[in-house]
Amino acid sequence: MKSLILQTATRSLVAVLLLFSIFLLLRGHDEPGGGFIGGLVGAAAFALYAIAFDVPSTRRMLGIRPQMMIAIGLAMAGGAGVISLLAGEPYFGHLWYHTDLPGFGEIHLGTFLLFDIGVFLVVIGVTLLVILTLQEE
Amino acid sequence: MSHDVLVALPLVIPLATAVIAMLFYNSRESQRVISVIGATALFAASIALLIAVREDGVLVSEFGAWAPPFGINMVADLLSAIMVLMTGLIAFTVSIYSLATMDPRRESFGYYPLFHILLMGITGSFMTGDMFNLFVWFEVMLIASFVLIALGGERPQLEGAIKYVALNLISSMILLSAIGLLYGVAGTLNFADLGMKLQDVDEPWLVTTIGMMFLVSFGIKAAIFPMFFWLPASYHTPPIAVTALIAALLSKVGVYALIRAFTLVFTQETSYTHQILLVVAGATMVTGVLGAVAQYEVRKLLSFHIISQIGYMLVGLAILSPLALAGSIFYIVHNMVTKTNLFLISGVSYRLQGTYELKELGSLYRYHPYVSTLFFVSAMALAGMPPFSGFMAKLTLVRGSLEIEHYAIVAVALFTSLLTLFSMTKIWTEGYWTPSKAEENDELPPGVEDFPGWTSNMIAMFVPILILAALSVGMGLLAQPVISLLIETAEQLLDPSVYIEAVLGDES
Repeated sequence: MKSLILQTATRSLVAVLLLFSIFLLLRGHDEPGGGFIGGLVGAAAFALYAIAFDVPSTRRMLGIRPQMMIAIGLAMAGGAGVISLLAGEPYFGHLWYHTDLPGFGEIHLGTFLLFDIGVFLVVIGVTLLVILTLQEE
Repeated sequence: MSHDVLVALPLVIPLATAVIAMLFYNSRESQRVISVIGATALFAASIALLIAVREDGVLVSEFGAWAPPFGINMVADLLSAIMVLMTGLIAFTVSIYSLATMDPRRESFGYYPLFHILLMGITGSFMTGDMFNLFVWFEVMLIASFVLIALGGERPQLEGAIKYVALNLISSMILLSAIGLLYGVAGTLNFADLGMKLQDVDEPWLVTTIGMMFLVSFGIKAAIFPMFFWLPASYHTPPIAVTALIAALLSKVGVYALIRAFTLVFTQETSYTHQILLVVAGATMVTGVLGAVAQYEVRKLLSFHIISQIGYMLVGLAILSPLALAGSIFYIVHNMVTKTNLFLISGVSYRLQGTYELKELGSLYRYHPYVSTLFFVSAMALAGMPPFSGFMAKLTLVRGSLEIEHYAIVAVALFTSLLTLFSMTKIWTEGYWTPSKAEENDELPPGVEDFPGWTSNMIAMFVPILILAALSVGMGLLAQPVISLLIETAEQLLDPSVYIEAVLGDES
C-alpha cells in the first residue's frame, strides 16, 4: 500500500531523524545519549523509509549490506580497545586527545568516540538486518 | 608482553576473527582461511597465557582502567588459564575439522563468524572476575550457540534448538534473579570482593540460599542431575563439527562457573552445600551412564556420556581436598580431549558409512583399521583404562576421595566407570567388529570401494583426531607434570586469598 502522505512526510522526516541520531550519538559523549540510542533512531529512519517505499530502494539508500555495517561497527568498537592496548593501557582503558579547534574552542577526542560510533553502526546494522529481512518475507 | 595484552588476547582474537570473517561475508574460501588462522592464534595466545600465569601468578587486567571492585576486571588464575588453553586447543582442532565437514550452505550463512563469537563468549566466561559480567558472557555464548545449533534449519535441529533455548533461558532467568539477590546482600558482584565480604557474613543461611539458586542455574547449563534432559535432546541434531564444539565447551563453562562460585564465593556452610553437590555428582554420574547404555545412536550415546562425566567433575568440588579437586580438573581436561575426539571420529565413520546408528554401522575394523585404532584409544581413555588420560584422571579423583574416606562416592564412580566401559565396548562390537549388513550379503560395505582416498578433506579430518588422540595417550603416560600443575591449581583454588589479593591488592 502506497500512501502519498506518508511518502511525502517520510522524505523530510528521514533527514531529520538521521541528523537527530547523529546528534544523540555525539551528545552521548558527555550527556545522556550515545551510540545505542542514536543507532536506534537512525535505524528507525531507514525502517520508516522501508515502510513508506519498499525494501529494495531502502537497501539502495543504505548503500551497504547490514552485515557489513555490523562488521565495520564491531571492528571499530573492538579496535578502540586495541588502540589502548597498543598504548600500554588495559583493554578499553580510554585515551584522550585534547586540542584547540579554531571557532569551537577546546575539544577533547577519546577512543571512546570510536567505540560509540562502532556501537552506533552495529545497532543500525542489526536492527535493519532484522527489519528488512522480515519485511522481505 | 604486558599482562593487559596477555589477558585481553583470548577475547580480542576471536572477536577480530569473527569481524574479519564477516567482512568477507561473500567469500566462503577466505572465511575458511581466516577461521583457521584465528583459531591457531587463539591457541598460541592461550599457551602464552598459561605460561605467564605459571610464572607470574594470577594476572589481572582492569578493563576500561576502572579499578575493582567498581570496574570489571578480567582475571586469569591457573584454573582460568587452563580452561582457556583447552578452549584454544578445541578451537584449533575443530576449526580444521570444520573445513572438511561443514556444508557450503551453512558456511556461507555465517558459520565461521558464529564459531568465533562462541569462542569469545567462552573465553570471556572463563576469565571474567565479575558475577554480572559472567552473565553477559554466558549470553554471548548462548546466543551464538543457539544460532549454531539451529543453523541449517533442518527439522530435528529446530526441535533440539527450541528445547535448548527454552531451558537455557530459564537458567539465565534464575541466574539473573540470583545475581540481583546477591547484590542486595553483599553490595558487590566482583568475585574477589564477594569472596572477602561474604567470609564473615551475619546471616550465612541467606547467602547459602542464594548459592543454591546459583547451583540450579549453573547446574542447568552444566547439565547436572536432575536438570540434564535438554542436553541429549539437542546435542545430536547439528552437524558433527558443531556437536563436537559445543559438547566440549558449553557444559564445561557451567562446571567452571560452579567451581569458581563454590570455592570462592559460597563457602560459608560447606558441610551443607557441598554435601548437596556430592549427592548431585553421584546421581549425575549414574543417570548419565544409564541413559548412555540404553542408546543405539552414536551421537546420543556420547551425549549421555557427557552428563555422566559432568558428575566426575563435580566430585572434587564437593570433596574440596586438593587432590580430589585436581582430579576433577584433570577430568575436565581429559574429557574435553577425548569426548571431542570421539565425536570427531564418529563423524569419520559417518563419512564412511553414512549413518550414526550402531545397528547399521559395521565392519569398520576390518576395512579401516587405522580409524578403529584411533577410536579404540579414545574410547578406552573415556572408560578410564590405563595407560590413557582417563585412567590418570580417575585415579587422582578416586585417591583424593579415599583420602577423605568418601567410600560411597568412590563406589559410585567405579560402578559408573564399569558401565562406561560397557557402552564403549558396545560401540566397538556393534560398529567395528560386527559385519555390516552389506557384508553379510557378500557385498562390500559402503565406504570401502568408494573410499575418497587421502584427499585434503580426509587429511583435515584426521589431523585433529591424531592430535587429540596423541594428547590423550600423552596425558596418561606423562601424567606427572600435568598432575603437579593441577595440584598447584587446586591449591590456588582452595586458598581464595591468593585470588582476592591479586584482584583487590594488598590493602584488603
